[in-house]
Amino acid sequence: MWRWLHPYAKGEASYHLLGRWLPWLTASALLVLLIGIGWGLVFAPPDYQQGDSYRIIFIHVPSAMLSMGTYTGMAIAALVALVWQIRTAEWSIAAIAPVGAVLTFISLLTGAAWGKPMWGTWWEWDARMTSQLILLFLYLGVLALYHAFSDNRTGAKAASILALVGVVNIPIIHFSVYWWNSLHQGATITKFAKPSMPPEMYIPLFVCIFGFMLMTAAFITQRLRHEILRQELHRPWVQQLLVGAKVKEQ
Amino acid sequence: MNKASYRSLVVALMQRDFKVAMRRKSDSINPLLFVLMVVTLFPIAVGPSHEVLGRIAPGVIWVVALLASLLGSERLFRDDYLDGSLEQMVLSPAPLELLALAKISSHWLLSGLPLVILSPFCALLLKLPIEGWLTLMLTLLLGTPILSAMTAIGAALTVSLGRGGALLSLLLLPLFIPLLIFATAAVDSSLLGMPAIGQLLFLAGFMVLTLTLAPLAVAAAIKVSVN
Amino acid sequence: MALLVTAQQLSSVRAGRTLFADLSFSVSAGAVLHVEGPNGAGKSTLLRIIAGLLKPQAGQVQLFPQHSADDPDYWRRQLLFIGHKAAVKAELTALENLAIQAQLDGADLDDPWQTLETVGLLGLEDIPAQQLSAGQQRRIALARLWSSPAQLWILDEPFTALDTRGIELLQQRFAAHVHGGGSIILTSHQALSWQPSALQRLSIKHVDAELGYE
Repeated sequence: MWRWLHPYAKGEASYHLLGRWLPWLTASALLVLLIGIGWGLVFAPPDYQQGDSYRIIFIHVPSAMLSMGTYTGMAIAALVALVWQIRTAEWSIAAIAPVGAVLTFISLLTGAAWGKPMWGTWWEWDARMTSQLILLFLYLGVLALYHAFSDNRTGAKAASILALVGVVNIPIIHFSVYWWNSLHQGATITKFAKPSMPPEMYIPLFVCIFGFMLMTAAFITQRLRHEILRQELHRPWVQQLLVGAKVKEQ
Repeated sequence: MNKASYRSLVVALMQRDFKVAMRRKSDSINPLLFVLMVVTLFPIAVGPSHEVLGRIAPGVIWVVALLASLLGSERLFRDDYLDGSLEQMVLSPAPLELLALAKISSHWLLSGLPLVILSPFCALLLKLPIEGWLTLMLTLLLGTPILSAMTAIGAALTVSLGRGGALLSLLLLPLFIPLLIFATAAVDSSLLGMPAIGQLLFLAGFMVLTLTLAPLAVAAAIKVSVN
Repeated sequence: MALLVTAQQLSSVRAGRTLFADLSFSVSAGAVLHVEGPNGAGKSTLLRIIAGLLKPQAGQVQLFPQHSADDPDYWRRQLLFIGHKAAVKAELTALENLAIQAQLDGADLDDPWQTLETVGLLGLEDIPAQQLSAGQQRRIALARLWSSPAQLWILDEPFTALDTRGIELLQQRFAAHVHGGGSIILTSHQALSWQPSALQRLSIKHVDAELGYE
């Protein structure tokens, strides 16, 4: 596997490989999201308890799920960057972290919008909301550290170490926050523990989750391409690429 | 190098840190004064009533302890970085993880342990009922090594930046949340007359986990920072 | 002659600027490598790469190639690096600094007083280093050269801040070290008054580097 991956440790090869993936990812993300969100917002039946306001889950649940998954992805990239010193992996931290932070932010925003009709308040110290907020802080920490160094290589390595420290801590934080919440809030959230969801609701939800995955992958791919160009600006292949682009314009 | 000389190196490194601290006492004393002053601010801000103060005391003392540990943490590796000692530690035949553990230990003895000793005074000022005192001290005894180890990671990551203060808080405070939750919950259950052993055991588990893994992270961070 | 360092096709890029490229050289036991070049040419960077503190952009450095490669403990004991920053604790006295330096080097400091006398710090041993002059602080750092068991010394501008007597003393120590089969890699803007038998000069100019023997 590593022999296959190794050529892509070089910026140029990964840039072109990602460039080939990008149109497919973008197109399929758009298609799947259109189906999923259209289905969820228009065709899925309203909830007997929450009416139409439950429909926010078609955005809230996928973004919340992916915000965690993205952090794990970033931590894996960080491990690869530290152990095998692969530069593309270092750059992918800068590509992944903002996407993950935005997903976390969306999940918080939609959570608050959902909370208003459900709990009667924009913010409730609910376990899920609280741990998402902490996750957002963790993302911001990684981003801040990455960009704090004038030498990009150092920044990427420092951010990698922090991402790994974070990924060890996330389960602990998650568990503590849930325990803390049960301690202070008791039964207030149990009314949302929905035992079952009819297939007319969960099938579009799965489609949306899949669409969000594709969209996240597309964003990360594009951001990684930009990061490669930014970091390798002085390399001849980027210069040639830029010259080629200018010639095409004329 | 053999095991005996590793041990004497750890002892020597800790002795060095103590000597340096003894000759710059204000660096160790100022965070403690900070704790006392912030603790004084609370009765003034929320009123000196028994019920309110006693209720918020565990949380206040722990939040102040977190902030105080951040206050001094920037200095943990700063001097070693500036005078070149950190490079020599990286190049030393002894494993860097061991030297990191030595630094964490001396940092705890100089900043964490004094905080544990100071905590009854804070409890007194904040009118924490006497039932909570022992548990408060135990949570600090188990929690401050975690603070030292985690701040060491943050300090090692940001030492080459020269202006790590606010960044360091951003990196570290989210990671302190489990500690804050279990420590305050332990004191709260003592105040309710319930056993706090469960929470204390969790804290002890966190401490063992942190002290095992943090030296690895600190060593990796130092190697990144010295280049 | 046993090789202590071989470097192949070293390149270094700092902040988007190529300092040197395709630099190859080797240092054998008993040899002195004098790295020369104008300010900012990358001399310190090269020394830090050889010491293992920095990774080169391309190429590789092998320390003690005749020794088993997977023994970092060995080469760390056999390598002594003194950089721009002297690793002298300002709050500690000369004696205390010597003790902790020896501990970190894995050296036995049999007679610290003897070492202090050699480097001309006797009588100043109980004063915190921050109250000593720059040259005296430098002497504390260089005192390691009298106690360290290392075979390979990497010294970045060792003569900085030293007086003529100190420079002469240091060169005597260099001669003794080389005579005993040790090697030295150093940078210095000052010409060496002492002429070792195996002196290599490595001049780094921007980007292209030349290796000349004397």
